[in-house]
Amino acid sequence: MPDAGTQGSPPRLGGEPHARAWRGTGWGFIVKLVIMAAINAVGLAIVWASYVEGSWGILVGMLALTVAADWVYFSKRSLPSKYIFPGMAFLLVFQLFTMVYTFNVAMTNYGTGHNSTQDQAVDALLIQNERAVDGSPAYPLTILQRDGELGFAVVAGGQVQVGSADSPLASAPDATVDGDQVTAVSGWDVVDRATLLGDQALQRQVLDLRVPVSEDADDGSIRTREGTRGTVYRSMLEWDPQAETLTDTETRVVYRARDNGRFVADDGTALPVGWQVYVGFDNFVRGFTDTNYAAPFWRIAAWTFAFAILTVATSFLMGLVMAIIFNDPRVQGRNVLRMLFILPYAFPAFLSALLWRGMLNANPDYGIINDLFFFGTRIEWLNDPWLAKLAIIGVNLWLSFPYWFLVCTGALQSLPSDVLEAARIDGAGRWRTWTSVMPPLLLISTAPLIIASFAFNFNNFTIIYMLTEGHPRFTDTSAVLGHTDILITMIYQISGVAGGRADYGLASALSIIVFLVVGVISAFAFRRTRRLEEIL
Amino acid sequence: MATTMQAAPARVDSRSAAVRRRRWLAEVGWKYPVGLLLVFYAAFPLAYVLSAAIASSGTLTGSTELFRSVSAANFTALGDTQFWTWMANTLIIAGATAAGSVLMGAAAAYAFSRFRFTGRRGGLTALLIIQMFPQMLAFISIFLLLLALGNVVPALGLNSRLALICVYLGGALGTNTFLMYGFFNTIPREIDEAAKIDGATHAQTYWTIILRLVTPILAVVGLLSFVGAFGDFILARIILTSERNWTLAVGMYAWVSDQLNANWGLFAAGAVIASLPILTLFLLLQRYIVGGLTAGSVKG
Repeated sequence: MPDAGTQGSPPRLGGEPHARAWRGTGWGFIVKLVIMAAINAVGLAIVWASYVEGSWGILVGMLALTVAADWVYFSKRSLPSKYIFPGMAFLLVFQLFTMVYTFNVAMTNYGTGHNSTQDQAVDALLIQNERAVDGSPAYPLTILQRDGELGFAVVAGGQVQVGSADSPLASAPDATVDGDQVTAVSGWDVVDRATLLGDQALQRQVLDLRVPVSEDADDGSIRTREGTRGTVYRSMLEWDPQAETLTDTETRVVYRARDNGRFVADDGTALPVGWQVYVGFDNFVRGFTDTNYAAPFWRIAAWTFAFAILTVATSFLMGLVMAIIFNDPRVQGRNVLRMLFILPYAFPAFLSALLWRGMLNANPDYGIINDLFFFGTRIEWLNDPWLAKLAIIGVNLWLSFPYWFLVCTGALQSLPSDVLEAARIDGAGRWRTWTSVMPPLLLISTAPLIIASFAFNFNNFTIIYMLTEGHPRFTDTSAVLGHTDILITMIYQISGVAGGRADYGLASALSIIVFLVVGVISAFAFRRTRRLEEIL
Repeated sequence: MATTMQAAPARVDSRSAAVRRRRWLAEVGWKYPVGLLLVFYAAFPLAYVLSAAIASSGTLTGSTELFRSVSAANFTALGDTQFWTWMANTLIIAGATAAGSVLMGAAAAYAFSRFRFTGRRGGLTALLIIQMFPQMLAFISIFLLLLALGNVVPALGLNSRLALICVYLGGALGTNTFLMYGFFNTIPREIDEAAKIDGATHAQTYWTIILRLVTPILAVVGLLSFVGAFGDFILARIILTSERNWTLAVGMYAWVSDQLNANWGLFAAGAVIASLPILTLFLLLQRYIVGGLTAGSVKG
């Protein structure tokens, strides 16, 4: 927030100390103090919360931001940063950091099955491989609840023992028992059977609940299958922290920790849960060589370029031709025409794509395009690989021609008249003017926009996902990818952020490739546009 | 026009009138039918969605007969869905994003345009480079960042509208500063200096003088940020997980991808209402937009 504080203090008089020049507090200063107090309060609250959670990265980042904010707004020497800081703070966290972090993730095997640290993977594996201990008695069990936390009370040898996921079983002498049923425990509410049967979410929680028998994890834990009897479960795997091995206690197979973040036995079988490790450039190699991804990758990359180039070319040409036709003072009602022309541009793009999805429906009873313009023929616009591509370019043409119409009209109206006049005096006819004089002049003002539009369409997630979702699917690969997928939708699909199997590492590696492509094109473009400007 | 008294000149007149008409047809007249054709091309899908919205049937079947029936059934049916919640979410998120982007972008552009400080050239170059890389490409790490933040501050984690606004604001400086910087540079520095001599502080100059002079670019940046946040799908989709927090883009996509035929009436009615804020903004700010577009922003 730009500093409003100094407006309370008049200009400094010949060498008088700043404190003397103080003439009371202006409103601006009070507002600034209140805002800064709020920022500090929020900042410190987040620092404290991350300390409690043990999230050191967030702690350091938030502390740095808070200190920087205080320095910027209370120092006399940082005038420009008072204006730049707010935007810069958001930019640092949500754009620069995430870009750098993308590189970091691309070097790891982060994803489904490789979500966390080795310790957490071991814990998860130990839990997954729990089995009921042979010969363990089934204890009568009652379900308890307090503040949203669940617990078990078991009756063992006439004694009531109570525990929860975090606290091992301990005897509760003050509990009242009716036969096998515990009816009251101090500090807990008893969950009766009717409540349990009526609440599916609660049932799942009860099935997942593990109450340790004692502080020693090897003693196993109490679990229940139906909510009335509890059995001791113990893990079939044994963890040896020194050797970093998990041993199956039944088959005596030893699973060793490997560099790729998995426990693998000598015969090659691996346990399902792994952990996150750095894999270097493996993800990049995988993108090009993996049998599932390599072939689709090249086809999708080619289509991405084709789509971006064709969509910009068609809509630019259409907009240009329209601008040339209607940039004519003799045409009446140009304002009305212009307003009607830009209607598709003023209609939100995601709605347009969804709308065309319905209009292009293959069934002529549903799809108005087939019904009205193709005499009710059943044309599978969105289910045929080539027609779907054509449909995407056509719909995007409808979406974006008004933009180019506006841009080209503006560019035509600002053409330097002296150059055109000079061309006429030199004997250039109308055609000659259009082919040789106008294009370079037009390109100066529109070239940066053409490049920007190309870069935008290269990552135009909305139109593809809303119109076809990448369909029709490739039939020669098991990856969930299709003929109209572009790179960004492929990345989205692989990343699994919206559900499904997640592979953050591979997806990040692919998005870095897109980063590079977009960066190279933009850099090249900026050099070319500068060259165009130098010509004139 | 032709009279018996002045037959000869009249014949010349009518011949030249015919020539003029032919010339008019060749140079101007043909533009009207072309214009009509283009208006049909541009407006037909919108007429279709309007017709489907006011149809009494709520499905895609039979929607190809335009304006056959008129009823408000689809609009009242919206009340039984989460549509109005999504609409409110979208307006709040897009409005906050637009306001924040304008404030932060204008402040940064003012600093770069008016102050000379170490790191100014470097900062501008860095912004120029950042501008090339769309923020949305980093959606995986944005997702992972919010996953981690959510453990510490649930209000800034996944499924929080505030977090989505913050993410959008993170992209504000990169996209808008250059657009605004160029415009700020066209305001003569003499104005600042005159204000300074009259005793105004830098804050007074900024808030009361400069911001008024750059209104056109504020309007353009505000509109583009609003439209951008309004129509964004990918970030909203991965950040807002519960249906109650969805934006229109996420919610209406869910309708259409789920049961295209059955939900068509709902979709059409929703689309008509959802497009109203953007259409209104476009018409209100039309005179600013053409200038702003050529200054370097892009959609489509």
